[in-house]
Amino acid sequence: MSAGPEAWAGRRLGAGPGGDDEPGAAFRVVGKALPRVDGVQKVTGATIYADDIELPGMLACVLLRSPHPHARIRSVDATAARSLPGVTAVLTSEDLPIRFGPLPISQDEEVLASAKVRYVGDPVAAVAARDEPTARAACKLIEVDYEVLATVGSIEEALEVPVDEPIHGDTEIGNIHRFVALEFGDVDEGFALADHVREDVLFYEGSNHLAMEEHSATAVFAGDQLTLWSSTQAPHNVHRVLSKVLELPMGHVRVVATPHGGGFGGKVDPFAHEVAVAKLAMVTGRPVKCTLTREEVFYNHRGRHPVLMWVRTGATRDGKITAMHFRTALDGGAYASLGVATTHYTGALQTATYAIPAYRFEGARVFTNKATCGPKRGHGVPQPRFGLEIHLDKLADDLAIDPVVLRQQNFVKPYTRTVNGLRITSSGLEEVTEKVVAASAFRRRPRPVGHGQGFAVSAYLCGAGFPMYLNRMPHSEVNLKVDRGGVTVFCGATDIGQGSDTVLATLVAEELGLARGDVRVVTADTGLTPVDLGSYSSRVTFMAGNAAIDAARKMRAILVDAVASRGGQPGAAVRVGDGGIGEVSFEEAVALAEEARGTISTSGSYAPPKGISGRFRGSGVGPSPAFTFTAAVVDLDADPLTGEVRVNKVFVAHDIGRILNPVLVRGQVDGSVYMALGEALMEEQSYRKGLHHHPSVLEYKTPLALDMPAIETILVETIDPEGPYGAKEVGQGPMLPVVPAVVSAIHDALGVWIDEVPVTPDKVLRALDQRAKGGEGRVGPRRFPDIPYPPCTKVSPDAATASL
Amino acid sequence: MSPPGSSRVVRLSVNGEPRETIVAENETLLEVLRERLRLTGTKHGCELGECGACTVLVDGDQKLSCLLLATEVEGAAIVTVEGLASGPDLHPLQDAFMELGASQCGYCTAGMLMSAKALLDENDEPTEGEIRDALSGNVCRCTGYASIVDAVGVAAARLRGER
Amino acid sequence: MLRLPVFSYLRPGSPVEATQMLADHGGRAKLVAGGTDLLPKMKRRQLAPEVLVAIGHLDALRQLEVSPSGAATLGAGTTLSQALRHPALREQQPGYLEAVRVVSTPALRNAGTVGGNLCVDTRCNYYDMTEEWRSAIGFCRKAGGEVCRVAASSPRCWAVSSSDTAPMAIALGATALLAGPDGMREVPVASLYADDGAAYLALAATEVLTALRLPASEGWRSAYQKLRRRASMDFPVASAAVALHLDGPVVDGCRIVLGAVASHPLEVPSAADLLVGGELDDDAIDRAATEAARLAKPLDNTDLSFPWRKRMVKVIVERAVRQAAGRA
Repeated sequence: MSAGPEAWAGRRLGAGPGGDDEPGAAFRVVGKALPRVDGVQKVTGATIYADDIELPGMLACVLLRSPHPHARIRSVDATAARSLPGVTAVLTSEDLPIRFGPLPISQDEEVLASAKVRYVGDPVAAVAARDEPTARAACKLIEVDYEVLATVGSIEEALEVPVDEPIHGDTEIGNIHRFVALEFGDVDEGFALADHVREDVLFYEGSNHLAMEEHSATAVFAGDQLTLWSSTQAPHNVHRVLSKVLELPMGHVRVVATPHGGGFGGKVDPFAHEVAVAKLAMVTGRPVKCTLTREEVFYNHRGRHPVLMWVRTGATRDGKITAMHFRTALDGGAYASLGVATTHYTGALQTATYAIPAYRFEGARVFTNKATCGPKRGHGVPQPRFGLEIHLDKLADDLAIDPVVLRQQNFVKPYTRTVNGLRITSSGLEEVTEKVVAASAFRRRPRPVGHGQGFAVSAYLCGAGFPMYLNRMPHSEVNLKVDRGGVTVFCGATDIGQGSDTVLATLVAEELGLARGDVRVVTADTGLTPVDLGSYSSRVTFMAGNAAIDAARKMRAILVDAVASRGGQPGAAVRVGDGGIGEVSFEEAVALAEEARGTISTSGSYAPPKGISGRFRGSGVGPSPAFTFTAAVVDLDADPLTGEVRVNKVFVAHDIGRILNPVLVRGQVDGSVYMALGEALMEEQSYRKGLHHHPSVLEYKTPLALDMPAIETILVETIDPEGPYGAKEVGQGPMLPVVPAVVSAIHDALGVWIDEVPVTPDKVLRALDQRAKGGEGRVGPRRFPDIPYPPCTKVSPDAATASL
Repeated sequence: MSPPGSSRVVRLSVNGEPRETIVAENETLLEVLRERLRLTGTKHGCELGECGACTVLVDGDQKLSCLLLATEVEGAAIVTVEGLASGPDLHPLQDAFMELGASQCGYCTAGMLMSAKALLDENDEPTEGEIRDALSGNVCRCTGYASIVDAVGVAAARLRGER
Repeated sequence: MLRLPVFSYLRPGSPVEATQMLADHGGRAKLVAGGTDLLPKMKRRQLAPEVLVAIGHLDALRQLEVSPSGAATLGAGTTLSQALRHPALREQQPGYLEAVRVVSTPALRNAGTVGGNLCVDTRCNYYDMTEEWRSAIGFCRKAGGEVCRVAASSPRCWAVSSSDTAPMAIALGATALLAGPDGMREVPVASLYADDGAAYLALAATEVLTALRLPASEGWRSAYQKLRRRASMDFPVASAAVALHLDGPVVDGCRIVLGAVASHPLEVPSAADLLVGGELDDDAIDRAATEAARLAKPLDNTDLSFPWRKRMVKVIVERAVRQAAGRA
């Protein structure tokens, strides 16, 4: 199933500026270590974030939230709150009866709960008042009569017959939200071919994004036009939800994503407070702002799903995988969010690194009375990647094969298709592995007790191959305006700190032969910019980047044509670069074009190519126009007396396609490693009886400056044939192998397996105790529960690889 | 005794400018900076002294503005992120943060810069450990602290006239 | 944004005037100096004093004197950073400063005071929460409720003493100066505390802690071991302060005080006694550390697991004893 790059259906954009017009042209802007375009504002405090917005006559909104994990609402009486001086309006569920959610198949959220509440923090009423303290005081005056129901607190409890009633009515069975059951190839036959079969059960705890900025939204309604400013990662999602719930045409709603104080997936979903301020603005005729407290952010959540995993792999004596069976159970919390996609993601990318000839995946997401889980950096992939890599380490031990060699023997080759239909194109998997092993001298030095090294690899998407709602429109669109006033890129993409505005300016400047500072960027404003689906799934560089190049190449052709026409020369003879087009300056070229054609604007768009997935139900989650590959080695010391772990250094090698800006790339790699170490060693969104254990920055533990190790980053450029100038993603991939590499290194250091993250010191000591008493020296889940998965849909190799 | 919630006038020097503003006795310096003086460069991420986003300089010391009563800083010299540059000329810390990508989402940046400024004002040649220690109360979720620590080191070197 | 409730703000001109203000307002007033402990608790509505009596500005509370012998008097309003920067104190009282250095973060040490850290409120995972969170559990014994949520059948509150400097001050034999309506008194630091998470201070409601007095070291050597998740910011989940005096190889004086494993700094004389009179061999240290861990009674109300914290007491006591012994 191997073919060269030219055999692939995707649109080739060429590897250099000007694309095929100028093969081999040198880059002027791409690859340079330039500061971000919004750098000055960010270091001077000039950036206006959502909560910095202050409008004349603005009211403050506070949401009254449920104190119960699970309860029926008998009545809500807001009479006293409404009559409190300073209160302008109070909304309850009758005011906003239409449900919403980020996916069409899961419209299960109410802005304000009507019949029942499903987690501590579920909004019940919204108050607008002259100031925040008055709104809070009014919330205290709202009387809600609850009938408390039994709390469903865990995956195990969710699998039992509901004590009172299921959390939601529309489920697979009881509190099981969604099943996925797929089989690719003949798994039973694969296991029959194996010389050795191994099973493991592992657990990955949930975690919060803990973006430093607390969510905030401000709405204004004037005439029949609604404008909402919000710290959202996906203004398009919010736009659609506002239109639906408020029953306003899309053209009457404008959503502006404000400069972002951190997302990491936590601001992809549309939220109740965004709709509430919009409705309050409509009701009161005044601007309304709602800024969540840190505790409310923990309740808003949409963070990492806790996932319990069971994996069974068959291999030949020499370490060739013959079959794999992977089961997951996801603790989804109270609502659906993007959980259906998350569930698929816990099974989709195992095959992207290892050529598994037969693969069965069964997943189940359950509802519990906890804050809703959703997308967090890596969306559904870090958990199974942790499970898979630890499992393969143990398989390598069983077979007495070097863990790196075992993996290498099974690596997916570039330009192949996986058994579950993923189209794999450029891949630096071999190279990142070799380089990280060499840089870290992986296990080639004698290691005293307590010192360990762990290795793992991973793969990640460059954007989801399919949109959240089914349609055939582009995923990203760019308008480019060039006239005597300058060059402006308009795009719906949202810079959440990763630097996507900088990427857009870089690509357009490169194409038009300008300095980057000559390109102005207007983004993330649904009233001004064409649609981009949002900052999630590492899609922006790849998709918005390609759209920007598309628009810029059209603009370049117009300018070249204008210059060529004047001089009576062929366009091919006109060189672009260093601020000039042919013999004239860029400005003169623009004037010529504007004289000839009037207003000049071009547009570009991007949609993933067809044929990147198989044709079966569920094939929409996992495919991507390209994948990145990462390998990591973690070097650490683990204290056998205390169980404490000190990470000395993390080595990461990442296949980035092409480096567009090394400053931004470093930021994403460092940040990914940091977040991975947090999840491996500290971060836990945990609960006691349905109540968050520690909804504060102090007690929700994340690494601080003194806790972070050195990071050595190695970048491999594979020049993807479809990426913008060959670039791929870097925002999520580099975090994935770090978590298993930590756990593997702890095993290397102390000989114990901690089969669940985060690895806390008490778990390490418990495992050491167990081993000292002759036990297996392992802490982790004992068993995987019996889950009534439906029979697997058997996907034939033809259907798996059939182009849509 | 004044009744609960009374207001009074306080005089401050903010970024070198004398400011006089009415504040309630229960207002924090954070609220006064952001809401009364509209200096929104100072951020908040918890309001409980746990995240460092609201760090400002008070008479040269790094302090958390969310835990200071505005009435208690009467007469003090406050420096916020808005006061770091000299007109259009960025402070070397700001330059280094930009060049090295130490500001990604930028939300912790003001607090980081003020913590770093306090350090460099006292110690012109900090070790990496001293830099990390000075920033150890400022949470950043984007950078893993790596580029921030590097930027402070680069700025220190430039302030010493090296590089 | 979390904001403070309303209160009346008083600014006495002297410690004596502060005690008078406390007397005038009964239990409705609270002292505030650095505010790093009190203000977050007020924002979370754990405390809602009607009156704040501010003492941070009082010069009388800011003196910092180190005598030629090495004895030191630190005004209660001295910030932790001022103490850390003081050259003579660094010279003479490294043990105390070792504990100061690991309190919280630089910014909080710039505001937090010597007196404030000694009097820092006891902490508990069921108490250090917002009003909304605590209402969801029906509040707790320490604030607004009847039941201790960590030990429901217990008639008392089990919130945890979380000061870093208190165990060290006690180990060093320090005293506290208190101003009250009837004048000043000087008491051992240990007697500032009661074994009750709710009413954790044994001071009279009208008393003001004015200074900490650290005796000259006179050959005592000390060490502080703090256990916490991260290298900064976190409160201790267990700590050990050890002061030792050696006569040649023989221990002739020892005090061991544990932090964060009880509602007060827990001095463990029976552990210290196992070291006194003998040499510091592995066996003696092991026995003393084991005894200390036996006496520690952490409950499930801080970060990290409480069986682990209890077990770690042995490790940190051992480490602190060895560290202290190794110091001149």
